[in-house]
Amino acid sequence: MTTETKTPLVSVRDLNVKFVSREATVNAVNDVSLTVQHGEVLCIIGESGSGKSVSMRALMRLLPERRAVISGKLAVDGQDVLALKGKELAAFRGGEAAMIFQEPMTALDPVYTVGHQIAETVRRHTGCSFEEGLARALELLELVKVPSAKRRLNAFPHELSGGLRQRAMIALALSCRPKLLLADEPTTALDATVQIQVLILMRKLQQELGMGMIFVTHDLGVAAEIADRVAVMYAGRIVETGTVQEVLTDPKHPYTKGMLSSTVHGNMRGQDIEAIPGSPPDLRALPTGCSFGPRCAFADSHCLEQLPPEVMLGNDRLARCFKVDAAPAAADAGSVPA
Amino acid sequence: MSDATVNNLQPKASEVAPALKVRSYWQTVGYRLRYDYMTLFFGFVVILIILSAIFAPLLAPMDPYQSSMLNRLKPIGYKDFILGTDELGRDILSRILYGGRISLTMGILPVFIATVIGGLLGIIAGFVGGRTNMTIMRIMDVFYAFPSILLAVAISGALGGGIFNGMMSLTLVFIPPLCRVAETATSQVRNLDFVEAARATGASTFSIIRVHILGNVLGPILIYSSSLVSVSILIASGLSFLGLGVTPPEPDWGLMLNTLRQAIYIQPVICALPGVAILVTSICFNLVSDGLRSAMDVRM
Repeated sequence: MTTETKTPLVSVRDLNVKFVSREATVNAVNDVSLTVQHGEVLCIIGESGSGKSVSMRALMRLLPERRAVISGKLAVDGQDVLALKGKELAAFRGGEAAMIFQEPMTALDPVYTVGHQIAETVRRHTGCSFEEGLARALELLELVKVPSAKRRLNAFPHELSGGLRQRAMIALALSCRPKLLLADEPTTALDATVQIQVLILMRKLQQELGMGMIFVTHDLGVAAEIADRVAVMYAGRIVETGTVQEVLTDPKHPYTKGMLSSTVHGNMRGQDIEAIPGSPPDLRALPTGCSFGPRCAFADSHCLEQLPPEVMLGNDRLARCFKVDAAPAAADAGSVPA
Repeated sequence: MSDATVNNLQPKASEVAPALKVRSYWQTVGYRLRYDYMTLFFGFVVILIILSAIFAPLLAPMDPYQSSMLNRLKPIGYKDFILGTDELGRDILSRILYGGRISLTMGILPVFIATVIGGLLGIIAGFVGGRTNMTIMRIMDVFYAFPSILLAVAISGALGGGIFNGMMSLTLVFIPPLCRVAETATSQVRNLDFVEAARATGASTFSIIRVHILGNVLGPILIYSSSLVSVSILIASGLSFLGLGVTPPEPDWGLMLNTLRQAIYIQPVICALPGVAILVTSICFNLVSDGLRSAMDVRM
């Protein structure tokens, strides 16, 4: 499905996001670099507070400008996102990149019908009439497989179930044919059966419409379902990237390994789940060395003193760890300290 | 391939559905009100009261200023005086009809102005937040610290009597509570995901305020301000009663109550009539605002 073009759809270089307040500076995202090709799904996995959502919001410029200090290079489809202003930014949001939120309960305005909200967005972006916007809204609701779409057009968000609401949210995000879809844990608030339906729908739409997608989740199962490539984040840093198969079957970073072994799948009955000891570091005062170091079973004094480099393990496969065997049998690329 | 999927649907959808319609918020509210007979009835009464005040010159059987020493404090139904006469022999019915003009103006206009000013300040404070919020809300708190009647009395006392000053003091009294309601509602809505979602689909700050903030905040503000109308009528009556609002011989419900007070042992029923007018109007406004409250909460 991946259509290789010269410029990647999303190119993030050394993204840093700091939240500055009087009391403290929170380093939410540190030196994150990402690439997403056209028509590719990148899944960002990480626990709460690992900087997944913040990175996404930085990409949409949704962070409060006064408190969030963003540095680095963000480009979507060759456009420098950080340089966008006023009208360009408004056209970029929704037009180039669209976002789906975690809570379908609150992501739709309760006082407008679903059709109204989609039509309004379409009208804003294309300048068409409200009626044309409604026609488009109907198409979109049919596209996201909302049953009896015509009637649902006229429904208020509270009249829809969680799954339908999330579908309506997807329809809203797709309304202006974005090239990039950012999904911030869109299935977390849904129950398991609806979750898989929405995931399959999103994967299908993404392939049909040829969109690039960044999908944030903390659920490895969800990642396995939808991703082409996976980036694992920990304490605001990407600790491992690779294709979904590589990362989930052959994790290199101890954090990924720990995360995988702490899932319930395939465990013997009665056997305790292996949890990662300790808790994530305080983002106000990150350790100088590897941020996972204090919790890592393999860490030595070197790990705690110095930040490990990004070790290339092959094409688009890297891990940020000293202990990674830089030249495994599978990959032929050598160690390239970043 | 990407556009093909979407474009294929477009002509089909517009052919199938030539006239797509969605309910707007206000249509829904109207639809819900249509079956709320209680609210409709009291709304009708409110309209009747307002119309009777507007068309007082046509409706009033007598001149409200025409006094007659012979017919002082006559009971209900005495000669042509349907509701009796006051202490100067003036027709009570005519005076109540005319008095509605001032009392209703004093009830509605200050609330309306205060809704616009207070609502605007509150939305700004709630949406911008930070230091702006602090400044606006702390100033409001200063006014809020006084009981509303006391504040109205103090302001119109300082400005001097008269209808205009009375209305000004009432407006000032109602700005802080309305500002607070608007601010609370706005800051709740501001942090909800749909505002960020709207921003993520490219909405400008202005259109976010216009569409999403106003859409969600207008309901609570309107409900609150419609309930303030009856309060305003009561405070205005109170001001007139204290001699700070309307000056005699101008007919006004509060003022009538004040002057008739001396005759309470002679004609208690007549003395109560202006009070009944205030009471009925207040109750009607309150019940209508109650009905609006349930109709405007589309989530219920």
